[in-house]
Amino acid sequence: MVTLVLPRLLDVSGASRRSGSVVERNVAALKSVYWLLLVSGFVEPLLYLLSIGVGVGALVGDLTLPGGELVTYAAFVAPAMLASSAMTGALAETTFNFFGKMKYMKLYDGVIATPVRPFEIALGELAWAMLRGSAYSAAFLAVMVLMDLTTVARALVAFPAAVLVGFAFGALGMMLSTFMRSWQDFDLMGSAQFTLFLFSGTFVPAEAYPSLLRWVVEVTPLYRAVHLIRGISVGTAGWSWLPDVLYLLVVLTLGLLVASRRMGRLLYK
Amino acid sequence: MTRAQPLIQARGLVKRFGDFTAVDGIDVEVRSGEAFGFLGPNGAGKSSTMRMVGCISPPSGGELRILGMDPVRDGPAIRARLGVCPQLDNLDPELTVRENLTTYARYFGIPRRTARARAAELLDFVQLSERADSKVEPLSGGMKRRLTIARALVNEPEIVLLDEPTTGLDPQARHLVWERLFRLKQQGVTLVLTTHYMDEAEQLCDRLVVMDGGRIVAEGSPRALIERHSTREVVELRFAAESQEAFAGKLDGLGERVEVLPDRILLYVADGDAAVAEVGALGLTPANVLVRRSSLEDVFLHLTGRTLVD
Amino acid sequence: MSVAQQARERARPPLPRVPAVAVFAHYLVGYRRTWRAGVFSSFLLPVLTVLGFGVGVGAYIDQGVDGVRYLDWIVPGLIASTALQVAIGESTWPVFSNFQWIKTYFAQSAAPLRVGDILTGHLAFVLFRVLTTIAAFLLVTALFGALRSPWALATLPVVALLGLAVAAPTFAYASVVSSDSWLAMLFRFAVIPMTLFAGVFFPVESLPVALRWLAYLTPLWHGVDLCRAAALGVAAQWSVPGHLLYLAAWALGGWLLARRGFRRKLVV
Repeated sequence: MVTLVLPRLLDVSGASRRSGSVVERNVAALKSVYWLLLVSGFVEPLLYLLSIGVGVGALVGDLTLPGGELVTYAAFVAPAMLASSAMTGALAETTFNFFGKMKYMKLYDGVIATPVRPFEIALGELAWAMLRGSAYSAAFLAVMVLMDLTTVARALVAFPAAVLVGFAFGALGMMLSTFMRSWQDFDLMGSAQFTLFLFSGTFVPAEAYPSLLRWVVEVTPLYRAVHLIRGISVGTAGWSWLPDVLYLLVVLTLGLLVASRRMGRLLYK
Repeated sequence: MTRAQPLIQARGLVKRFGDFTAVDGIDVEVRSGEAFGFLGPNGAGKSSTMRMVGCISPPSGGELRILGMDPVRDGPAIRARLGVCPQLDNLDPELTVRENLTTYARYFGIPRRTARARAAELLDFVQLSERADSKVEPLSGGMKRRLTIARALVNEPEIVLLDEPTTGLDPQARHLVWERLFRLKQQGVTLVLTTHYMDEAEQLCDRLVVMDGGRIVAEGSPRALIERHSTREVVELRFAAESQEAFAGKLDGLGERVEVLPDRILLYVADGDAAVAEVGALGLTPANVLVRRSSLEDVFLHLTGRTLVD
Repeated sequence: MSVAQQARERARPPLPRVPAVAVFAHYLVGYRRTWRAGVFSSFLLPVLTVLGFGVGVGAYIDQGVDGVRYLDWIVPGLIASTALQVAIGESTWPVFSNFQWIKTYFAQSAAPLRVGDILTGHLAFVLFRVLTTIAAFLLVTALFGALRSPWALATLPVVALLGLAVAAPTFAYASVVSSDSWLAMLFRFAVIPMTLFAGVFFPVESLPVALRWLAYLTPLWHGVDLCRAAALGVAAQWSVPGHLLYLAAWALGGWLLARRGFRRKLVV
């Protein structure tokens, strides 16, 4: 029995080491302009916050949340920007870049000839996407605190939530990439992503949508993510975050499982 | 594992892609320290076989053992001891030459310091030290190939799989690659390669199999194959006429086999000079006569035909 | 010249009278296969933005902007920014790829085409994409009743000019950058800020003075102001000939730079 179980236990450290080597490759690939692109990544949600939150916010004025709190439009929009930027960042790394490495650069064809397995490649790429996304989330939360859109305590709780959102979308994106046939499919995915961005209670409370739309929106992952982070950054304490967290955990697990299965089939031809 | 046990052993190995059977039940044994070649035209099933041996393509049937292990179950453990140089270079275009080796070494769990030292050694071995910090993209085809070979050696493999190692290279680069592979063989590394260059097979392989349509059609050392499937010498005759056909009939019965091509006639004979004398005795005066030793190319074309397969 | 040679010369077809048209046709052939995937992103998305943002957020803006409903106010802005997105999208990766990856330009320059033909033919295709997208967009917004004046049709020539004003310099940029990461940088530091702050979503007057002047410098603001004047049937905020000249200057300057960039790559 011991001889059967032990190698598997030992292999957990082997797997994480091998996933780590995939992250190392990405670090080694960071050259001048990639760095610039990477570091500047966090300005994007900030620009949206300033334009929509502050610029359009001046036209909208204050909003009353379903819980009865009166908040500025910027404070309302900011958590949604954080959630959607966690989504966008994670998806960019795990779909566009991942697909490019798999199909175009044929990078993984070289990697699978080594002891590294497809599941470990998937984990490594996801970990890398998360390292990057978490840094953006932290920077954005710091800006939110500086602009008085949330408190330090709330921001500290919102951070792990944003990381979870990133993980869930990262796994989802990786799964989607294994189904992609060509670059044109990414156009469709980008469109779906933008549609989610528009209708996930991002700019107006979901309560304002027609009821049918609202029910559809309620089950989409970005809505759950916005709901979770907004609840933390401006809402009142309660258990309402629990279904959101569970939902995202399920997406994460499912995405990773399907992704590694499909990758195995795509690469081990 | 005993010494006598082959490193690679395949029995009735099959690979199917949907309805298409790429490899159709082959038996192969590769022993430690030898250089083993798969020869065959495009589409013969060489690369599919190589991918199965590389444990990145599960067999559809038959039996395959590599280093005494099962490639499906023990993939990572086997791959840790293999070096693979695929048909198309899949180097990392975002990394430098040196980084391509060091990051690849990390996939095998080789410590960073060792990886750096080994990268330096290997770059020296494939004569790329001067380009160590260059990006991959501007390298010439031959340099990329050498880098891919160096990458395949980064884990000090027991078996190196080379899928068409010199296709597309210029003569200088080919000879450099051959020389490096020969040195590896001297160091006791087992080489398994595919090629459709006969000179490459004659230069490098101790033993080889000729594949065609997914099956093995001949097996043996290059010398033995020539002896078994061709004559000792070949006479090439060119007649100064629009068609060689007219002369072919007159040459019937000369040597073991007469082959008529659009631009020349080949006589497969034991003694070339004697055959040329007989041609003269028939009153024929070819514009051009060449007597040469039979080569693996003659065997190959005889076994797999002259028609284009792709 | 031998008789056979002369016969061959005679049998050779005459060169196309306007070679750029042949180049344009090349892109249309490719587009026939890929247009479906693009329809969603280049046309449905702006419509969804009208719904999700214009209608949704508009409901919370009681007083409207400059005396008009927020929805009516934002539609012409979205027309201009959609034209910008399509024009720049079509002149970044596609141009870069034609040099670096698929190398279409090199294949074309081996045919009897001049650099200007190759450039103009591709720009014509970008213009085609901008015009078809915006025409469809206008049709749908008209069905929504968000167009209030037949003058809205005047947005078509405006977006054509705006498209050229941003596509031509982008062609120049894409022809000189060394890595496609620079294209992503263009979106991050030019396209997205322009879209967000050049008067599409809220009036530039509410920006701090320094930023307001930056917004005035962008070609997008000039396009937005013209589109808004046309679609709402009101006077432009700035002189119309001034707008047109400014955009034309971008287009011309961009074209000259692009031709220089293309020459450097293609004529070696």
